[in-house]
Amino acid sequence: MLNLKYYFYSILLLSSFTILSCHKHDDDDLSGTGTLEIEFDHKANGQTFAFGQDYVNESGETMQFTEFNYYVSNFSLVKSDGSVYTVPKDECYFLIREKADGVNTKISLSNIPAGDYKEFKFTIGVDSLKSTSPAEQRTGALDPAGEAAGMYWAWNSGYIFVRVEGTSPAAPLDPGTNSNKFRYHIGLFGGMNSPTLNNIRTVSLKDKHDDVAEIRKDHHAAHLHVFVDIMDMFKSPNAISVATNPTVHASPFSANLANNYMDMFVLDHIHN
Amino acid sequence: MQLSVNFLGLMVFCSILWTSCTVDDKDLWTGIVKPAHFPEPFFKVEVTKEGFELGRKLFYDPILSRDQTISCGGCHNQSSAFTHHGHDLSHGIDDLIGMRNSLPIQNLIWHNSFFWDGGVGHIDLISINPIENPVEMDLRFGQAIAKLNTDQNYREQFKSVYGSDSITGSLFLKSMTQFMSMLVSADSPYDQYLSGNSNALSAEEIEGMKIFESKCASCHSGVLQSDFAFRNNGLQEEPFIDDGRFLISQFEQDKGKFKVPSLRNVEYTYPYMHNGNKNSLEDVLHHYRFGIKKSSTLDSLLIKNGKLGIELTDEESSKIIQFLKTLSDPKFIRDKRFSEQ
Ligand code: HEC
Ligand code: HEC
Repeated sequence: MLNLKYYFYSILLLSSFTILSCHKHDDDDLSGTGTLEIEFDHKANGQTFAFGQDYVNESGETMQFTEFNYYVSNFSLVKSDGSVYTVPKDECYFLIREKADGVNTKISLSNIPAGDYKEFKFTIGVDSLKSTSPAEQRTGALDPAGEAAGMYWAWNSGYIFVRVEGTSPAAPLDPGTNSNKFRYHIGLFGGMNSPTLNNIRTVSLKDKHDDVAEIRKDHHAAHLHVFVDIMDMFKSPNAISVATNPTVHASPFSANLANNYMDMFVLDHIHN
Repeated sequence: MQLSVNFLGLMVFCSILWTSCTVDDKDLWTGIVKPAHFPEPFFKVEVTKEGFELGRKLFYDPILSRDQTISCGGCHNQSSAFTHHGHDLSHGIDDLIGMRNSLPIQNLIWHNSFFWDGGVGHIDLISINPIENPVEMDLRFGQAIAKLNTDQNYREQFKSVYGSDSITGSLFLKSMTQFMSMLVSADSPYDQYLSGNSNALSAEEIEGMKIFESKCASCHSGVLQSDFAFRNNGLQEEPFIDDGRFLISQFEQDKGKFKVPSLRNVEYTYPYMHNGNKNSLEDVLHHYRFGIKKSSTLDSLLIKNGKLGIELTDEESSKIIQFLKTLSDPKFIRDKRFSEQ
């Protein structure tokens, strides 16, 4: 029994050497810290996403998008040995906005302890503590007078986690804009002193071939390439019809969209 | 270290110098003083004299509205304990009528949420709501801050208070918090009574207080007369015209519930209730005795043995009203520090 175990370990060790040796870093120095970069690559039904293009949802409705923004925060990274590194919260609130130029947004998490990381967890949205924090803690992506404009509800103080807007011939005519608009603004962090609906969702990403992100000091950042397919927001189990639900803001129905979009993130590959 | 001590000393010296030549001694800056008979505040707020004064200027300045027609003070009048005098539903920009009755601004640091539905969860975030509300001031928050930044006087004043070259959303909100946190009302006859002056209330008022404590204080509890919970006190039938807390929480069981209001200065804050449809304290007492409407979320405290309402005699109701008037703090509504300068 014991023998077998040693045998097993030595194979593991051996194979890890071979794996390492085919990679670019042959240094095994696990001291210090390095950087993890995450690229959010927007897709629609598997195609490259662009504003103004026609995409057909599961209900057979054609949709064109004009806005696609969301918050990601509260990152924690799981090493190959199962230990977890939690990125200090205040460094990691990011607002990802699809831009008209189509250039993907990349974010950087620095000062990550060197090591091999196999799993990447984050929150879609902004947690309750931050959502009820004083004004001076709302800088950068969280400044309601700045970057967070349009991503903050003044009357229900909290951030809009995911904001998607566009037009569809299936949507009813919106008298305000005289167009067939749909608007999905999903938020609600669960409340602080009195509870509310909680649409915070956590995503956990792994590489399908069990590749790991090698974080090393004095080395360029490890890079996660993440696909984010907007059409997953409208897919089963809660197929969303633009005709039936053209506008969803704070409402009990919003949980359906949150349950859908938590699956829209897929880790396509890792560069080391 | 040496430097900072020196600096501090210099600051203290300067401020002594400054106060001594501008204001008389009784006005020495004290910041927020917690009344001894109040609980610990929910929000701890640091207030400087300069921050408070800047907040006051902003509170009374219509620059925060789209067309410069309305200020916070326009809907929150000091003479009515900072509620909208005489309006059931507040009038805002373009004379649009809001959905709800204005609330007084007083003792805010003891609240744990703001507005009738508790939609705002931090004292700093209050102002963004009326500024962005299309029927109140109708500006995007960022636009309001940009407007302030084009005003040379404000730029200089923010610089002298915070040392910052530009006016940020956060510094603006901090100024508003400093002004509003200072609006502490704690010097009514009721407060004097609680602080040991047994002559501050008459025998009838004390009786009224006892009846209030047994009939009303399960919701209007403590020295602020509120448990700050969300409850339905029987104003609406279903379907509700205003879903109240449900609009925030999205929980079915919160439909028709509103934050239990503090009753301080209630004599000055008429009309009453979220929809402003009770004009006098007599109307309010009549409501609790005979007007409770049944609905699925009606508070169970308002049904006794299958009977709706709170059982009270005419005499008891009038004693309660006498007691409620002892919550009036005339000094608060006349305090010059809180008025437009
Ligand atoms: C058009 C009138 C109007 C204007 C202008 C206005 N308010 Fe109000 N205010 C209201 C009304 C109405 C409510 C109650 C609304 C509700 O709770 O839904 C309210 C509620 C409040 C409350 C809540 C108090 C509590 O006990 O929860 C505060 C604080 C407040 N306003 C501050 C301000 C500030 C600061 C400004 C300026 C930036 C301002 N208001 C501008 C009408 C107004
Ligand atoms: C079941 C809890 C409950 C009880 C018991 C209760 N209240 Fe209230 N009270 C409320 C709530 C909730 C509101 C706000 C309701 C709204 O506007 O929708 C309110 C509002 C009021 C107001 C209006 C205040 C304002 O600023 O608009 C007054 C006055 C008042 N109550 C007095 C009383 C008196 C007097 C009693 C006892 C006879 C009493 N209440 C018993 C829950 C209660």
